[in-house]
Amino acid sequence: MRLDYAPAPESRDVVAIRPSYGLFINGEFTEGKGQPFTTVNPATEEPLAEVACAADDDVDRAVRAAREAYERVWGRMPGSERAKYLFRIARIIQERARELAVLETLDNGKPIRESRDVDLPLVAAHFFYHAGWADKLAYAGLGPDPRPLGVAAQVIPWNFPLLMLAWKVAPALACGNTVVLKPAETTPLTALLFAEICLQAELPPGVVNIITGAGDTGAALVAHPGVDKVAFTGSTEVGRQIARQVAGTGKRLTLELGGKAANIVFEDAPIDQAVEGVVNGIFFNQGHVCCAGSRLLVQESIEEEFLEALRRRVGTLRVGDPLDKNTDIGAINSAQQLAKITELAASGEAEGATRWSPACTLPEKGYWFPPTIFTGVAQSHRIAREEIFGPVLSVLTFRTPEEAVAKANNTPYGLSAGIWTEKGSRILWMVERLRAGVVWANTYNRFDPTAPFGGYKESGYGREGGRHGLEAYLDVT
Amino acid sequence: MTTPLAEVAGSNATLRAFLHGLPGVDRVGADQRAAILGTRSIKTTAKAQALDAAIQMVDLTTLEGADTPGKVRAMCAKAVHPDPDDPTVPSVAAVCVYPDLVADAVAALRGTGVKVAAVATAFPSGRSSLEVKVADTTLAVAAGADEIDMVIDRGAFLAGDYRKVYEEIAAVKAACGAAHLKVILETGELATYDNVRRASWLAMLAGADFIKTSTGKISPAATPPVVLVMLEAVRDFFARTGRRVGVKAAGGIRTAKDAIKYLVLVNETAGEDWLTPEYFRLGASSLLNDLLMQRRKLATGRYGGADYFTLD
Repeated sequence: MRLDYAPAPESRDVVAIRPSYGLFINGEFTEGKGQPFTTVNPATEEPLAEVACAADDDVDRAVRAAREAYERVWGRMPGSERAKYLFRIARIIQERARELAVLETLDNGKPIRESRDVDLPLVAAHFFYHAGWADKLAYAGLGPDPRPLGVAAQVIPWNFPLLMLAWKVAPALACGNTVVLKPAETTPLTALLFAEICLQAELPPGVVNIITGAGDTGAALVAHPGVDKVAFTGSTEVGRQIARQVAGTGKRLTLELGGKAANIVFEDAPIDQAVEGVVNGIFFNQGHVCCAGSRLLVQESIEEEFLEALRRRVGTLRVGDPLDKNTDIGAINSAQQLAKITELAASGEAEGATRWSPACTLPEKGYWFPPTIFTGVAQSHRIAREEIFGPVLSVLTFRTPEEAVAKANNTPYGLSAGIWTEKGSRILWMVERLRAGVVWANTYNRFDPTAPFGGYKESGYGREGGRHGLEAYLDVT
Repeated sequence: MTTPLAEVAGSNATLRAFLHGLPGVDRVGADQRAAILGTRSIKTTAKAQALDAAIQMVDLTTLEGADTPGKVRAMCAKAVHPDPDDPTVPSVAAVCVYPDLVADAVAALRGTGVKVAAVATAFPSGRSSLEVKVADTTLAVAAGADEIDMVIDRGAFLAGDYRKVYEEIAAVKAACGAAHLKVILETGELATYDNVRRASWLAMLAGADFIKTSTGKISPAATPPVVLVMLEAVRDFFARTGRRVGVKAAGGIRTAKDAIKYLVLVNETAGEDWLTPEYFRLGASSLLNDLLMQRRKLATGRYGGADYFTLD
């Protein structure tokens, strides 16, 4: 019997999108001096709202507001008082989770199942976790008297708009810093709704400032002399520019950049769960994940069997309307990103790898890319070396654990890795040798505010989350 | 997995080597997968379709010491016409009773298409000799049972005596004749998902037509991850042998919502070929009324009270 799931769209009535949004500076929405831009729903290309663009003046205003709030209120407020605001924000996020999830899905294109069940619970968890630290910083093992740094400039990407905001804003505020945050130009809406939440929580003006715009706005923010700390998540290319710009200024810097992670499946792996893990590793959030398991390293002895199971499973993925509660894979975030994925996938074919996608009909409007698996991939192929940031998996094989480690590490990146084996001692042996900031064993893409996250090599430096993540926002000398 | 399956059952050693050579099951991952599939939203037309499918897959069950011919006849009437007010409601797949009540059920169901299943083999504990188990089965089959729900010897399984479990299943299968054999693994007593996978394969190798989660007398009974593991087993067994074995989730399934979750598990794990009463069953008693209630709600937009649905 065929069981066809009827459309089950989440209602978009829970969120009221305004026709236009200003910049959130010093507790108020204000006009920007730059040319406003439109943010669209990538699943339909329908314009969602017009958003102000911050010019240099606006950036300056925002940094000054943050400085004043730091010096007058936030920097000197007892941790126990800061904690109350963070707890309040966390609770409001939980109360408004449905609204935020729908808005995230509309602006980003990710499936509502993920924004509802992954992004939003983690966002609230990050605020709750860091609220708990605010009055206990002296016990974080970072020295007896950790002090805030001042004003943090934070530039975040479009793949997890609100979650990346939480990763940045929650520890910064818990540690006593004030922030100026710039969301990505294709996904500004949940950050602007977060600004409303700051007002609702009666956060003192200037503690959180949100300025929207494109790369120029971000560059102006990072370069502003009134900034004490820069935190960036995004591409390695931009990260490199920022590192250059910040060098010698005395600003503290953390970078969370690209990745080309290997998911390593041994012949004694729990096969069904490894298949799930590989699928989740590369197709979660359309593969727009810096720690995506974009390379599958499978032991040669089980290659055929494993790939057959993987293809069967990928064939069941439901691609389509991100607001449908049964959708597994949503829209690519922008035309630009779609072009990049398309180009890299074409290079895979040109270089001789074999391309496969399940039969699936993609919507006519919007930006879409089918889940894709390349087999017969060599380390030298571009699809094995460059970050695709899309639903494209490159399959390579290995014969021995040594070879698996060598291939996994043979990348300029070093953000994450996955190991699938029922043998505990092998997991430990591998973890000692893998150069990756996060190694998941028999799971993948699991996040938790208590676990530090960050990379090696071109994946950046500094850690976010956990006790280690606090250090990025504290002066411990 | 290169040994020909025919040779696997040759000795306890070969059985053990085969069953322990199956890929392991990671508990966290299996739980997570079942939980994600539990979030599927089955609404409107899909829900109507799923409710009718679930009704047709129910093995309406009474397994109590207090069962009487009268109780069984009443249940049989309900099995044929679950909702007397609505003739469009399909009959259930089967009724499931103790062996001594099979004759009453057979008489009540003659010509209706509803099958009679009997639990046998010293149900629910399985603690008796092979002779008694076979005699129990023969009794039920002679009384006209279409299906036999046997229990495995969990003690022998946990002690590693796979050959004994295999031989019992094979002997009961032989005693079944034309009747279909459902093998109850009693997963609540097997403790690990690895054991569930091994017991599933063991039962299928020994000739089971169905593998079934539970007796309903032990908690936990059917759970989504356990059924997921069993569905993976029948899928893989079919890929290897070409023989399609069914799955029966039994015990603890009380709401239409839960039943639909199991249909989603079947749909996305084994596939639509299993989505028929021939290859998937839900063993339950109180579930049927909730399915009927939801069905009527979907058709009329209103919930009827419990008194508008029969209690048999």
